[in-house]
Amino acid sequence: MSNEIHLTTPLKTEDLEKLNVGDKVLISGKVYTARDAAHKRLVELVQAGKELPFNINGAVIYFVGPAPAPPGKPIGSAGPTTSYRMDPYSPTLLDVGLKAMIGKGQRGTAVINSIIKNKAIYLVAIGGAAVVTAQSVTSCKIIAYEDLGAEAIRELEVENFPAFVANDTKGQDIFKLGKEKYQNK
Amino acid sequence: MKKINVKEITPVIRKLFIDANYYIEQDLVDKMNEFLEIEKSETARGIIELILDNHAEAASEKMPLCQDTGVAIVFLEVGQDVQFVGGNLNNAINEGVRQAYKDGYLRKSMVDDPVIKRINTKDNTPAIIYTDIVDGDKVKITVAPKGGGAENMSEVKMMKAADGIEGVKNFVVDRIIQSGGNPCPPVVVGVGIGGSFEQCALLAKKSLLRPLDKINEDSVWAEVEEEILTRINDSGIGPMGLGGNTTALAVNILSKPCHIASMPVAVNVQCHCHRHKSIVLE
Ligand code: SF4
Repeated sequence: MSNEIHLTTPLKTEDLEKLNVGDKVLISGKVYTARDAAHKRLVELVQAGKELPFNINGAVIYFVGPAPAPPGKPIGSAGPTTSYRMDPYSPTLLDVGLKAMIGKGQRGTAVINSIIKNKAIYLVAIGGAAVVTAQSVTSCKIIAYEDLGAEAIRELEVENFPAFVANDTKGQDIFKLGKEKYQNK
Repeated sequence: MKKINVKEITPVIRKLFIDANYYIEQDLVDKMNEFLEIEKSETARGIIELILDNHAEAASEKMPLCQDTGVAIVFLEVGQDVQFVGGNLNNAINEGVRQAYKDGYLRKSMVDDPVIKRINTKDNTPAIIYTDIVDGDKVKITVAPKGGGAENMSEVKMMKAADGIEGVKNFVVDRIIQSGGNPCPPVVVGVGIGGSFEQCALLAKKSLLRPLDKINEDSVWAEVEEEILTRINDSGIGPMGLGGNTTALAVNILSKPCHIASMPVAVNVQCHCHRHKSIVLE
């Protein structure tokens, strides 16, 4: 089930409609980091009708709180954090143009429905493979909420960032399909 | 009485936490390679290879294996003929944690108040310290930084004696299956059985320290471990929950006597980033 597909941000619906769960994607371009605390603030901005700190149209959000960058490196270790904690916030952001989320672990029904409705995708990066993942980041700058430390929003420039399609635009869910395929095998 | 100056403890703790975060133990690498041989999913094999690659990169780049460098858990086994001098032991340990997380470029993940304020303490303190008093005049220190993703999938259940061994097995298997991809499988499953509400949780955590190439000394529990492991790996969850045969690398059980009315069981979930380092101060 695995194809390797290159994606460049900002993402377009046509690019995403071709993807199927299990596909390996390599992302290049800008990716924004956000965890629980930053999501809370972003959703409050949307609800208040205010501008977000980055252009969310076609954007990719990576659920990560990186380790501090050692000298000479753009970023420290940077693997994904567990996604279900962002479930209360993701549909609001998908509705205003967010196209992809990168995290780990399964998503709730409301998020999956919002992914289908907005023709977006959910990608899984490899948790704990945080040094290898960080190696695809070429630059990193904090663009909002510096007070949140590891949870501040960072703009990452990435090159061939590896991830797997877990929920596609058609509503397929790898957490169901993968399990069924290998159960008792 | 042997005297140990607590000032000697600080640099020891500092080094143990940095090393635990940069260098994975060989038993974990060996286990991953064992599963790589039998894994049927190509995606899953790719993930396992990436994790093994990450071990090598972390060591050579001197970077933490995972960005979640964990809550700083410390186990002390203190010989009863030892006297600590020169200051407060807990303060010396916390100073070691502070230095490790700053100097080792490790992430600071502790908040001061768990609910209301949740302000980051900015130095990853306080450490969580458990002390056992043992015979002799040595001190064994084990550090085990524990990430939030896997810890959040853990559970304690006060079961009934009538639930029996089948009840215990089902509880453990279900806990891991319900966790799905959240705790970064392949996981190591720590199980504590017996004692009291809090002791079984601590047993579950301590069981994770058993080397992965050692089977349970009690053959009855060894069999139970084997059966639970097989059932978990038959679930098909696989690495990161994307499907495959490698969901858990090992199941480790520790048990203790308990009250006639009780049968507490705890499952402490540990991700493949199975970090711990020990030293004995002679
Ligand atoms: S569960 Fe483990 S490997 Fe996964 S992000 Fe947390 S500490 Fe890292």
